[in-house]
Amino acid sequence: MLDWPILSTVTFLPLIGVVLILLTSGKEESAARNARWVALWTTLFTFVISLFIWINFDNNTAAFQFVEKSSWLGNNINYHMGVDGISMLFIILTTFLMPLCILASWEAINVRVREYMIAFLVMETLMIGVFCALDMVLFYLFFEAGLIPMFLIIGIWGGGRRVYASFKFFLYTLIGSVLMLVAMITMYFIAGTTDIPTLIGFNFDPHLQLWLWLAFFASFAVKVPMWPVHTWLPDAHVQAPTAGSVILAGVLLKMGGYGFLRFSIPMFPEGSEYFTPLVFALSVIAIIYTSLVALVQKDMKKLIAYSSVAHMGFITIGIFTFTQQGLEGGILQMISHGIVSGALFLCVGVVYDRLHTREISRYGGLVNRMPRYALIFLIFTMATIGLPGTSGFVGEFLILVGAYQVNTTVAFFATIGVILGAAYSLWLYRRVVFGELVKDDLKNIMDVGRREILIFTPLVLVAFWIGIYPEPFLDVMHASVINLMDQHETAMQASKSILNAAK
Amino acid sequence: MMYVLIVFLPLLAALIAGLFGRAIGDRGSQLITCTAVIISALLSWVALYQIAFQQTTEVVELLTWIDSGDFDVNWMLRIDSLTAVMLVVVNTVSSVVHVYSIGYMAHDPHKPRFMSYLSLFTFAMLMLVTSDNFVQLYFGWEGVGLASYLLIGFWFKKPTANAAAIKAFVVNRVGDFGFALGIMAIYLVFDSVSFDDVFAAASSQVGQTFEFLGYQVDILTTICLLLFIGAMGKSAQIGLHTWLPDAMEGPTPVSALIHAATMVTAGVFMVARCSPIFEYSPDALMVVTVVGASTAFFAATVGLVQNDIKRVIAYSTCSQLGYMFFAIGVGAYPVAIFHLFTHAFFKALLFLGAGSVIHAVSDEQDMRKMGGLWRHIKITYAMMWIGSLALAGVPFFAGYYSKDAIIESAFASGSPFGMYAFWMGVAAAVLTAFYSWRLLFMTFHGEPRASKEVMSHIHESGNVMLIPLYVLAAGAIFAGMGFYGPMVGHGYEAFWGEALFFIPENHIMHDFHDVPGWVIATPLIATALGILVAFNMYIRRTDIPVQLAKTHSALYQFLLNKWYFDELYDFILVRPAKAIGRFLWNFGDGKVIDGLGPDGIAGRVLVLARRASQMQSGYVYHYAFAMLLGVAAFVSYFFFAGGH
Repeated sequence: MLDWPILSTVTFLPLIGVVLILLTSGKEESAARNARWVALWTTLFTFVISLFIWINFDNNTAAFQFVEKSSWLGNNINYHMGVDGISMLFIILTTFLMPLCILASWEAINVRVREYMIAFLVMETLMIGVFCALDMVLFYLFFEAGLIPMFLIIGIWGGGRRVYASFKFFLYTLIGSVLMLVAMITMYFIAGTTDIPTLIGFNFDPHLQLWLWLAFFASFAVKVPMWPVHTWLPDAHVQAPTAGSVILAGVLLKMGGYGFLRFSIPMFPEGSEYFTPLVFALSVIAIIYTSLVALVQKDMKKLIAYSSVAHMGFITIGIFTFTQQGLEGGILQMISHGIVSGALFLCVGVVYDRLHTREISRYGGLVNRMPRYALIFLIFTMATIGLPGTSGFVGEFLILVGAYQVNTTVAFFATIGVILGAAYSLWLYRRVVFGELVKDDLKNIMDVGRREILIFTPLVLVAFWIGIYPEPFLDVMHASVINLMDQHETAMQASKSILNAAK
Repeated sequence: MMYVLIVFLPLLAALIAGLFGRAIGDRGSQLITCTAVIISALLSWVALYQIAFQQTTEVVELLTWIDSGDFDVNWMLRIDSLTAVMLVVVNTVSSVVHVYSIGYMAHDPHKPRFMSYLSLFTFAMLMLVTSDNFVQLYFGWEGVGLASYLLIGFWFKKPTANAAAIKAFVVNRVGDFGFALGIMAIYLVFDSVSFDDVFAAASSQVGQTFEFLGYQVDILTTICLLLFIGAMGKSAQIGLHTWLPDAMEGPTPVSALIHAATMVTAGVFMVARCSPIFEYSPDALMVVTVVGASTAFFAATVGLVQNDIKRVIAYSTCSQLGYMFFAIGVGAYPVAIFHLFTHAFFKALLFLGAGSVIHAVSDEQDMRKMGGLWRHIKITYAMMWIGSLALAGVPFFAGYYSKDAIIESAFASGSPFGMYAFWMGVAAAVLTAFYSWRLLFMTFHGEPRASKEVMSHIHESGNVMLIPLYVLAAGAIFAGMGFYGPMVGHGYEAFWGEALFFIPENHIMHDFHDVPGWVIATPLIATALGILVAFNMYIRRTDIPVQLAKTHSALYQFLLNKWYFDELYDFILVRPAKAIGRFLWNFGDGKVIDGLGPDGIAGRVLVLARRASQMQSGYVYHYAFAMLLGVAAFVSYFFFAGGH
């Protein structure tokens, strides 16, 4: 344990970068350059500091660690931060991806650079805050406010149909978050607190749990996104700039999965149990449905966006198996998907920067001019397919192992998604990278440069690390996941005995 | 340590050649990869001696892999007799192919990449055969799939090669689907995925049932059948065989190594490895027998009419794998592995010989444009003869010992399915001899049908390609007589040790030595018959094939189009998948979800919004406003309620 408030430090460190950027002035060009460097150093520094959370993390306890608590609004709402084995890795994931996003925007963003960097830094603070918050009000603030910078990023630096995309996003999230807010107020009304650890120990009435569960589900399902509330995602991805897509796929989607783990399952065990078939059904539909849709996409980003929905379907299945393999697989798959899908969007970004189109048919034969790019793209294609030895495999396989123990039919249909995943990913790769290089505008295309290699190298290393030796990641989770399972088990036992007593 | 070197030297070489190929140059990459694999091969023979002949088992623990609750998997090497035999097969053929590739790929601009892929494949295959648990087996399984994908599509400019590469990967994934479900079922039942635990506990699950997809089914049979689906994909058994002939789009050394000698035999290896489970499931073994026997016959019929020299050999591989499977199906695991062993030599020899032919005639693969080549490339001609004699099972060549042993075991099993396999095997033997000599006659004899230009360029390959052929030819001649005794003779129990399992009721390994004389003679007669018919049709009366194709055109078309499997799959799977995808995208996502959801509401709200505000992209502010409103309501509530 550290004697300084590391979580608050990591959370608000990016805001110092914001202040620095605001302080810099001067000509448009030099201001832009300064803003880039400030943002890069801030995010790198934040990443290094955040590693201390991991280094000092105690794997043997399920309790919240690095806890900070001070009174904030009135008597009942506290500024309460802390992490456990479920949330810690998401913080590292966020701080890890941010410097890469800044680097990826280095040359691609030329207008309003200062504002762009500020938006990213603010978003980093809000995202880390979501995973640290142990008070519902605090959580809600971070959770919802995080969307504003994302809107701005899509709305200002996005593509042609950016207004439509952000509008769609707005409608979906609004309905979800209003319902979640209502649920939160109800919970406060009953339990008299907004403190998350206290609420986890509070037993809500089984019937009320169903309603509360649904209200939270509305918000998280949109975030994940689950079928049929997924249609905002392809549009948002397509319109967002590359780094926006990376953050969207890498971190924002994970907030849905995290929400299930932090709220739905521990607070509403009976609601979770009751609605598990619903989650399974929606997830299985998502996997097969979106995989088939991905097969016929003509836009690279849309294809990857649809594949994200399919992958997130695996994750929700894993979480709701309530088995250790399923839960740990789900968390690990979220980390892995953050790395791999982020990297795939960066791969699209590389060629988009050069040709300014995402149309698959405009490419072909890139390997002739870009062998290094072909290798990088291949590694991440294989990781998204779930080839053993890459990060995609470990999580996916654990999820399926967990699912099989609970419901063979779910495992059976989810595994079909593995076949389809190979089909659409390899077909995309073939159309973009392989073949004869015939198109004139591709004849002078340049291979990945030094900056781009710098971006991809850490991603490749982590993808293999998780694939070959995932122990350090899994070790972090064990205690918290087992605790979560035990709580769920105890709650189900208790409700059974109540039922029996009623008879 | 030696075992670690055997497995990881090829990986090291692959990484060096792949990542630094440009720095060390073509020659450097060839040198590094060849040296690494040759060392591995030599050490493998040492391992065979130490393990199989000294009857020990080695286990090397490397690293923890996945550890989640009871699901505990380690990276481990396990070397027993079965693995040792596979190590020898894989590394020997691989080193020979590595050397051969120096000559065969001499004019290719991407030599380091090719060598790197070959070594990567070798590594993955070694991981597969040395695995100690099902998950690492799956790692090797998918790894060889990746290498196969990369090598089939090596000439990435050819659309057919790209299509074939994807097809190979996806069809294999269908098999892997079964394999993966099998592993999950194993974990559910045995709480472990390590071979030792699972095999030790298999007998306790006999006759038990569990729920699978809503049905109560026999545990062991279900697990075996799921695993067998994986084996069918990798080993190209009927139904999941369609990728193998297309895989011939890859360079010929690849066909020899991956699609003849090693990777495609992984399915056979896997089922043999799982003999402690399969032995307890007679139903599963029955399915293996029938599928194997049917494939042996089916693939041979298609091989009769193909005109591409490599496709003939590819279908022959498919058919020979069928033999191996029905040997397993009747419980004669050592016989199946023995055939796997000999087959690796003579089939690799045939492929590399075919490569030498293709090289000689300026990359032509169509046998209709060959003919009369034997005068020009005599050494290759002799090598193809040796390969064909071994394949057809002519006495004292390698195939004679192993293939006849398979056919005899099928007969000795005595069951109706064994008899089905026996007769299918005999029929396939006739066809095998026929298409092998058809290939020899069409390629090397008769009038030259190639253009003058091509004929003037014909040349024998250099030593770098011929020496590998000699090595394999030695195997094709001596592997049978040399290893018959230890592998399937009366000393078989000592040789295999614990690696292969037999239930006490399984006496096939003794019975097949005592079959009636006519059973021993039948395969020989079948072979002779096939050769004579081929001689009659392609040397004496060359008008017969044309006549036959005309008079039986329906049958001819049926065979030429490979029983229409590709067309069938395209019609019932590929096209519907795309059509459904398009429908779900346009109608499901577009019309229903968006139409009723966001766009429908958007239509209303947009009208309101336009009236209410002139702000251009004001939605962000709306959103922020709504959120703040919510927070304000929430917080003010606390201020009012908090006091109490």
